[in-house]
Amino acid sequence: MMTKFLSRNRHTVQRLGFSVITLVAVFTVLPIIGTVIYILVKGGSAISWEFLSGFPHDGMRAGGILPAIIGTLYLTLGTAVFSVPLGIAAAIYLSEYARDNQVTRLIRLAIINLAGIPSVVYGLFGLGLFVLFLQFGTSILAASLTLSIMTLPVIISTSEEALRAVPQSFRTVSISLGATRWQTISRIILKEALPGILTGVILGLERAAGETAPILFTGAAFFLPRLPHSAFDATMALPYHLFVISTQVPEMPIQIQYGTALVLLVFVLTMNVIATVIRSRARARRQW
Amino acid sequence: MVDKIIIENLSLQYSDGTESLRGVSMEIRQNAVTVLFGPAGGGKSTLLRCLNRLNDLTEVKASSGRILIDGENILDPKTDVIALRRKVGMVFARPVTLPMSIRENIIYGLELMGEKRKSKLDEAVERSLKLSAIWDEIKDRLDEPAIALSGGQQQRVCLARVLALQPEIVLLDEPTSGLDPISTGKVEAALLELKKEYTVILVPHSVQQAARTADHAAFFLTGELIEYGDGKTLFTNPKQKKTEDYVMGRFG
Repeated sequence: MMTKFLSRNRHTVQRLGFSVITLVAVFTVLPIIGTVIYILVKGGSAISWEFLSGFPHDGMRAGGILPAIIGTLYLTLGTAVFSVPLGIAAAIYLSEYARDNQVTRLIRLAIINLAGIPSVVYGLFGLGLFVLFLQFGTSILAASLTLSIMTLPVIISTSEEALRAVPQSFRTVSISLGATRWQTISRIILKEALPGILTGVILGLERAAGETAPILFTGAAFFLPRLPHSAFDATMALPYHLFVISTQVPEMPIQIQYGTALVLLVFVLTMNVIATVIRSRARARRQW
Repeated sequence: MVDKIIIENLSLQYSDGTESLRGVSMEIRQNAVTVLFGPAGGGKSTLLRCLNRLNDLTEVKASSGRILIDGENILDPKTDVIALRRKVGMVFARPVTLPMSIRENIIYGLELMGEKRKSKLDEAVERSLKLSAIWDEIKDRLDEPAIALSGGQQQRVCLARVLALQPEIVLLDEPTSGLDPISTGKVEAALLELKKEYTVILVPHSVQQAARTADHAAFFLTGELIEYGDGKTLFTNPKQKKTEDYVMGRFG
């Protein structure tokens, strides 16, 4: 009798707990879905070929956002050029070569702290180092470098994790067959870790694409009548453009603001989806 | 019989204080199966990993002594470890095939050496797979992922991968520990075939396997070489009390 009662009670508790957890999970997803739907509804009507391929005019109150889209593309690519090789190299060093000593611990501490620095501080740092000291001016180059520094910790730590996830036995076997450490890394470890590394790279770049503060003083232009010609030109960019038309331009048509937000959101979400696809495909193909 | 390897007063201690060797001296004969056996933690694997300097990957606190292979001390810091590892191949307890096709697994070591000629590589694949007694089973699926094979097949591919490099010495660290009896039988049969061409050093996964395969046998206990001698004699008529107790199954 007693045990029967207890067991039924236990089931009730389990069901209750399960419902609570499900409810909480649903609530965490709601804001994301809500945001996407809201922006879609508010900004969807602004999206047209002209909006995507035209220059802004009438003090940005009409026309398109092409220079901002292209600018964000340039900045993302520029960030990738610097942060990807550097980040992967650092991850390889930390995962495959570094011994656990004082220096390594210092490097790790620096990376962790780098990840915690507010993005506006990166902006100021970039202004001081790249714009003024190295005299790159407010330019795509300076902004890309600033964004790179911000992105590095993400790329390093996800890449290192991906490298470490490759079974140790592959390394031992490879070395025992007469491979050098570098041959082992280049022929086996990197190939196996690549999907994980790519995921990290895309997530890092995605963050860079959406940031305003780091490019605020280093490369973003309020308005440019033409596309940038070189890496030493300033550029318009989606997040900064959104900030500008939301706060700096009076009587701004609201659907242009939301349209811009929608484009930025799609840009970032697309990168996210690519990362997810790479990861799930690699997982299905993985031989360990 | 020629002594292929001479180990002189070898001692080793890992940084974390685990399994170590204490003053081990022994000669290992060419073209024979030498079995290193004893309870876990006796130093057998450590000794194997000294012979191809795989211990370089592990944190070693202190080591002393000499290992002469063909008269050269391989523990000398100036030793070309890459060349050494090609000469002294190793098969591990768990079959670890690399994440690539069977064929690519076999030619991995050769490609590292820069061998690109297809005829040479094909020849090596066939020869080593035949020696490992698996050619007939898998010759039609060489381009499939090696991971798709059964454990026993994978282990023989691992052996073939070592043999493809035409080593002189083959180290086997409990190569059949994860295999079923039939696969074990096949691997053991391959071993007996191997000693015609190679010097084979085996850490067996049981005393029975040691007795079945040993030309020479060495009994290790807590890092010390307790008894070393002819396989037949050692298992039927051991001189040391400790060896007898272990062989008879009184401890283990």
